[in-house]
Amino acid sequence: MSDLAIRVEGLSKRYRIGERTGYVTLKDTLTKIFSNSLKVFRDQGKGKSKANDNYIWALNDVSFDVKKGEILGIIGDNGAGKTTLLKILSKITEPTKGHAEIYGSVGSLLEVGTGFHPELTGRENIYLSGAILGMKKVEIDRKFDEFVAFAEIEKFIDTPVKRYSSGMYVRLAFSVAAHLEPEILLVDEVLAVGDAAFRKKCLGKMGDVAKEGRTVLFVSHNMGAINTLCSRAILIDTGTIVKDGRTQQIIKKYLSRGVVNRGQIAWSEKERPGNQAFRLVAVSLISAKGLKTSQINISEDLTIKIDYEVLREGACVQLALMLFDVNGYCVFSSLSNTEENVYHGKPIHSGRYMSECLIYGNLLNNGKYYVSISGTSGSWRERFTINNVLTFEAVDDGILKRDYWGNYRGIIRPKLTWKTLPPQVHDGMRDGDKGL
Amino acid sequence: MLKKNIKTPIVVIKPGLGVTFKFKEVWDYRELLYFFIWRNIKVKYKQTMLGVAWAIIQPFFIMVVFSIFFGKFAKIPSEGLPYPIFAYCALVPWTYFANSLNNTTNTMVAHQRVITKIYFPKLILPVSAVLSGLPDFFISFFVLIGMMLFYGIVPSANLIFLPLFILMSIVTALAVGLWTSAANAIYRDVSYVVPFLIQFWLFASPVVYPSSLVPANWKLLYSVNPMAGVIEGFRWTLLGKGESPGPTLIVSMVVILFILFAGIIYFRRMEGTIADRI
Repeated sequence: MSDLAIRVEGLSKRYRIGERTGYVTLKDTLTKIFSNSLKVFRDQGKGKSKANDNYIWALNDVSFDVKKGEILGIIGDNGAGKTTLLKILSKITEPTKGHAEIYGSVGSLLEVGTGFHPELTGRENIYLSGAILGMKKVEIDRKFDEFVAFAEIEKFIDTPVKRYSSGMYVRLAFSVAAHLEPEILLVDEVLAVGDAAFRKKCLGKMGDVAKEGRTVLFVSHNMGAINTLCSRAILIDTGTIVKDGRTQQIIKKYLSRGVVNRGQIAWSEKERPGNQAFRLVAVSLISAKGLKTSQINISEDLTIKIDYEVLREGACVQLALMLFDVNGYCVFSSLSNTEENVYHGKPIHSGRYMSECLIYGNLLNNGKYYVSISGTSGSWRERFTINNVLTFEAVDDGILKRDYWGNYRGIIRPKLTWKTLPPQVHDGMRDGDKGL
Repeated sequence: MLKKNIKTPIVVIKPGLGVTFKFKEVWDYRELLYFFIWRNIKVKYKQTMLGVAWAIIQPFFIMVVFSIFFGKFAKIPSEGLPYPIFAYCALVPWTYFANSLNNTTNTMVAHQRVITKIYFPKLILPVSAVLSGLPDFFISFFVLIGMMLFYGIVPSANLIFLPLFILMSIVTALAVGLWTSAANAIYRDVSYVVPFLIQFWLFASPVVYPSSLVPANWKLLYSVNPMAGVIEGFRWTLLGKGESPGPTLIVSMVVILFILFAGIIYFRRMEGTIADRI
């Protein structure tokens, strides 16, 4: 197993509730010893111990292997146990059960600026922070200029960091951390610091680390970053690994958890909604791969299939589809009159029909959408609308984000065409160019 | 750069590792120990007007107060020495010990953020807290030399034993500090108890009075206090007065070493869960 970097087997960590939040005083302990010894007498005969009531398992029987050079993403809600896992692997805290084997030197980055002292200068803090992160003095000496250049604080290197702006502080702190060179790097949600430009720089640095063949465990809530950096991910929920596999699948699983989506609906013979002329039989959402789904990638096309039966010979069926966002705003509506054929609004024979509406990829923003369908058959009096026929989740697969990691504002996120012209001299601009 | 074909794990993580000593690891982290000491010294007098003068002011003014009240008014005997130098010679190791114990007690709590965010052998913290007080110790020691010149006191050849007594005061502060720092991480009561303890301890040590005042049948119990041996040792080596250390010193040393090793075991046991409980 020479390519193994980390092996985790049955790792569990139990916390007493409240242990991580407040601190106990001696009085608390004395009171507890006293009340517990009383309880022994009280509970005698009841036979049941309530000892486990005050404990939670922050990690419960977690096992996985990480290969050398692998970048493993760790996804999960706040409090799921991600940080506890990193804390155990970096030896900050001991597990309650289970064990882990680590094949290589470990560097951990659970916080930016650990050990910084406000009274010390930037220069002094580089040495202090570097030493705390496990660097040798010679190593810090060697990389000193690199740290300073990365942090872009050359002018303030001999100023106490308490005089720094928060941006400068974070940049300096991260630059020291970013130059750690362990074989295995454990990184918590630390890239979400600084301004957008610096975040990008940090991610670039992380990418470099990955390319150098080092093993990285990377905890983040930024799915875009996880998707780009990690080939494999694990999803942790309430202390256990829910899923372990390819990053995209894990992200999909994570984002779809707890969301009651409905990608298809079929009504029984008696319940089919409609009017005297035609009734809906089934509606379903089809992904670009042709599968029924309730979750689509925003970069891919999706199709809404409407299955209906025409009861009245010669009915003039007109369909409409409306899409709503979570706030109830109508994102758009679309009528079947865009179809270039004989059906829309024209008399048709009775029988089963299938109409499809294609919604292009790169149109929707990420989030939940609701589909309503309405139909009419010639006259407005016969119009009917069925709200929330389908509910689906548009998932940002990160493909379109490229170098931008934030969220996109807006109800939709169409992929528009950008074009930048090469620099050229325009006749009309000559007069204004003099200053350049 | 990466090592290839590693068959055995470099690190094994499992419950209950806190019972081993891991002195080698502390040695591996010696640079961090150095940086912590360096930082403590550097930060200590930042943004103060008098700066390092505080290292002298504290013991010197206590000496003045003691000389007036205990020396002049209470007429406490001082082994035939002028009371100021009799008291100051004791205050130099005592101030070092008291400040070190106080700083050590609070060091784990002061480093709470670092402890919960990164791994390092926590033993470094109390050790650095104790060693960080040494510059102040030596500064106040120079004042003692000045006072000795002033009073015309020449130390005897016993001076060669002085490093032993300095070492004893360091180790005593560390030994007690290991207990108080680890306990304080969990029970903050300790940080309120320790200043009291230091005040009582001051009177249980021969700072304001000579240990010859202690009745003979109490001597053995008295030597359980290592600081009694340290202070008498300072007077003996530097001023040539006071009781020469005998078997009581052995008792003191045994007591210190016992507190120290039990303290290390206690500290190491706490270390495994300290990040969760601090």
